[in-house]
Amino acid sequence: MHLYDLPLLFALIGLVLYVVLAGADFGAGFWQLVAGRGERGRRVREHAHDSMAPVWEANHVWLIFVLVVMWTCYPEAFASIASTLSIPLFVAALGIIFRGAAYALRAGTSQARELRVIDAIFSIASVLTPFALGTVVGGIASGRVPVGNAAGDAWSSWLNPTSVTIGLLAVALSAYLAAVYLAADAVRRGDAEMEQAFRLRALGAGLVAGGMAAGALVVLRDDTRALFDELVSGAGLAAVIVSALAGLGTLLLVRARSYERSRYSAAVAVAAIVAGWAIAQAPALLPGQLTVEQAAAGDDTLIAVVAAVVAGVVVLAPSLGLLFTLTLRGSLGHGGSGEEHGPTAVAPLGGAASAGAGAGGGGAVAAAGVTDEWPTPVHALGAARNGLLARGAIAFAVLGFGFLTVADAGWAHAIGVPCLFAAALLGFRAAVPLD
Amino acid sequence: MALLETITAAVQLTPVEQSHLDQARQMQAMSFAVHIPLTCFGVAFPALVVFTEWLHLRTGDPLYRRIARRWSRIMVALFAVGVVTGTILSFELGMLWPNFMGSFGDVFGLGFAIEGFAFFLEAIFIGIYVYGWDRMKPRQHWLCGLPIVATGVLGAAMVIAVNGWMNHPGGFDLVDGEVANVRPWSALFGNTFFWHELVHMYVAAYIVVGFLLAGAYAWGKLRGRWGRYERTALAIPLTVAAVAAPVQLLVGDWAAREVAQHQPVKLAALEGLQETTKGAPEHILGWYDKDTGEIRWGISIPKLLSFLSYHDPNATVRGLDSVPPDDRPGPINTVRFAFQTMVGIGTALAALAAIVLFVRWRRRRLPESVWFYRALVLAGPAAVVALISGWVVTEVGRQPWIVYEVMRVDAAVTGAGGVPVGYALLALVYVGLLAALAWILRRLSRMPLRDDAEVLT
Repeated sequence: MHLYDLPLLFALIGLVLYVVLAGADFGAGFWQLVAGRGERGRRVREHAHDSMAPVWEANHVWLIFVLVVMWTCYPEAFASIASTLSIPLFVAALGIIFRGAAYALRAGTSQARELRVIDAIFSIASVLTPFALGTVVGGIASGRVPVGNAAGDAWSSWLNPTSVTIGLLAVALSAYLAAVYLAADAVRRGDAEMEQAFRLRALGAGLVAGGMAAGALVVLRDDTRALFDELVSGAGLAAVIVSALAGLGTLLLVRARSYERSRYSAAVAVAAIVAGWAIAQAPALLPGQLTVEQAAAGDDTLIAVVAAVVAGVVVLAPSLGLLFTLTLRGSLGHGGSGEEHGPTAVAPLGGAASAGAGAGGGGAVAAAGVTDEWPTPVHALGAARNGLLARGAIAFAVLGFGFLTVADAGWAHAIGVPCLFAAALLGFRAAVPLD
Repeated sequence: MALLETITAAVQLTPVEQSHLDQARQMQAMSFAVHIPLTCFGVAFPALVVFTEWLHLRTGDPLYRRIARRWSRIMVALFAVGVVTGTILSFELGMLWPNFMGSFGDVFGLGFAIEGFAFFLEAIFIGIYVYGWDRMKPRQHWLCGLPIVATGVLGAAMVIAVNGWMNHPGGFDLVDGEVANVRPWSALFGNTFFWHELVHMYVAAYIVVGFLLAGAYAWGKLRGRWGRYERTALAIPLTVAAVAAPVQLLVGDWAAREVAQHQPVKLAALEGLQETTKGAPEHILGWYDKDTGEIRWGISIPKLLSFLSYHDPNATVRGLDSVPPDDRPGPINTVRFAFQTMVGIGTALAALAAIVLFVRWRRRRLPESVWFYRALVLAGPAAVVALISGWVVTEVGRQPWIVYEVMRVDAAVTGAGGVPVGYALLALVYVGLLAALAWILRRLSRMPLRDDAEVLT
């Protein structure tokens, strides 16, 4: 392991996490797409949405992480990939827009008709994005990205047997991961019907994904022989076997209703596939074109990125731990949004709000009716202290003007800006709250 | 399949020359124009929400909780849209400007790496904060809001560090036209442009969020919604904007002096100054005439430009003619109008802020005039216009360079065809996205919250 390999390792770990975590989000969209109509279909869609809403943004960031590490540490390879494969990347980007927008929109509606439109957009995007990103991986792995500014073919670089196979595999894997996670979520919520529904989906999707992974090997044999040879020998073969065993183990765990453990074995299966790809392709970053060593940026940049990643992980790990702990413990309730989605809760509230609107808005009526008995916020601050704050604000504003505006030296500006911020803070505190 | 082949043939016939440069630039500009106002809500809005929740913890008044809670839902909707529009930008950097990324990604990429983590943390804690209102202890919940404030600022700082580097590049050597000896830390943070750009944008974020939010409640007041809830929800963002807007005048003046020092050609473009002049006048309004190089119909104030730029009425200000025509920003009037728009709106907003502070000081209340509230409704969108104009000044004013005086945009652009197709598609999608966003904000502002239900029953 050289220094120039290290950021690539980070990017691959990021890719695994993206596939495992965000892949499950995409898969949830797939299940929404095929949920069918009627009450049961609605419940499947609600369950899929509610499980993913608090975590999808955090999961999405892994993609950004991969992109950023790639362009900082392997700029030439990144530029070649992004320009040659701009079409599938653009398709993935559009899918990401639709998906994010659907999450934002869903918070604001409770009407079945609007939900159907939003869910349809969401679902299509959820299938499109993993497919497009899978074709990108296929284009790189099959050596169809030459070094240079859009040097490769705009179409055949991603519409080829390897790309399409990996794209479809990405969709199947997402659906499989999502079904496993959603079954586990259903157990935690004590929802036996959803558990059963997603257990069956997980088993079915697992079989399909496993079959497709085996089929992918056949396609690779024809289309990308060099990669195939590496995958069926040595460390590559070990990775393939680990993936197959973990996949099989997951199926057995799902069958035995041991969902929490099956989450991890499913993740291992995916990680092994990505690892197999990396092992089979090493030491090339763009096969036949560029090795990792050739593509890597200078040592100072690599060290800086490694340092940033290590420092970032130190802060990130406990934060992510907190998010997932709270999610698994059920502390991140859907209190606000959940109840409002339900048809029972919305009817009386909607009625009250529209009745209130005539008399100046529901919120206003409610606020005026109840909150008068509370102390007014002005009491929080005495008038004398307010005066002091205001005078302090003026003093700092004068200092800031002197150091930032009148003075020309850099050190003076470094004093002037904090003075102005202090003035703004004190001024804000003096002027707010008012009632 | 036949259709696909036709499309393929059509796209491949498109010349892979620089013909798509303008579209690529416009596509990038459009993506920024959509994203930047949203980032303001990632930088400034969390501070407002957390402050309001703090008022609740301090006074026990449920009103503040209700305000904070409603705002937090608007915050998460805007954050979601900001996430995706930001993702588009990172895709576009590679798709549209591969040579820029390929040559300099290792110089400035570190900024995005740190930004990625900041953004990650922000996403995590926004998830916790917004979905944790009901089932977390109040103080714990409030504490989970603080990292959102910090990471929002950190993330914005990193992106601005990259922009500062593009405007004032350093931290690398050019050896035979190749980038060598990259020093990423000093490129990003040992850069004089970093500080004024960061402070200018940071204050702008508070102005934009403050006036937009206050403007929404001012609109409600004009239509008769004016209970204690609305008064408080208007007063908090209005006060934020009122203290930030005057500060911005001084910060903007500082930024302009930095530009005068380090990017004299940009200053010449935003003033429309053709010839290098000793004791240069400032022109307000008017039109830069390309043929004569003069400002027509402008109000001229003698020596003011020299004084503002260098604090010396007789200082020499470099004109556009100090560099060959090819090295000047093409559309001088665009840069100049954008600059005047930004300064004009900024000054008007500061005047509005002065009214707020004066009335607060003398009469201890909010202004009562209906005209004030009408102006306040306009102030929010005006602040957004000023924000975008400011970025037009700095980005179009940087032209024709993508890395100032090192790499031109036409050397950076993609050779791939299909830019117009992507541009048109993205424009359509963004129109839909903004319409959907407007719809959801309207919906969220009317949707009753659970606290309201408890109050009503």
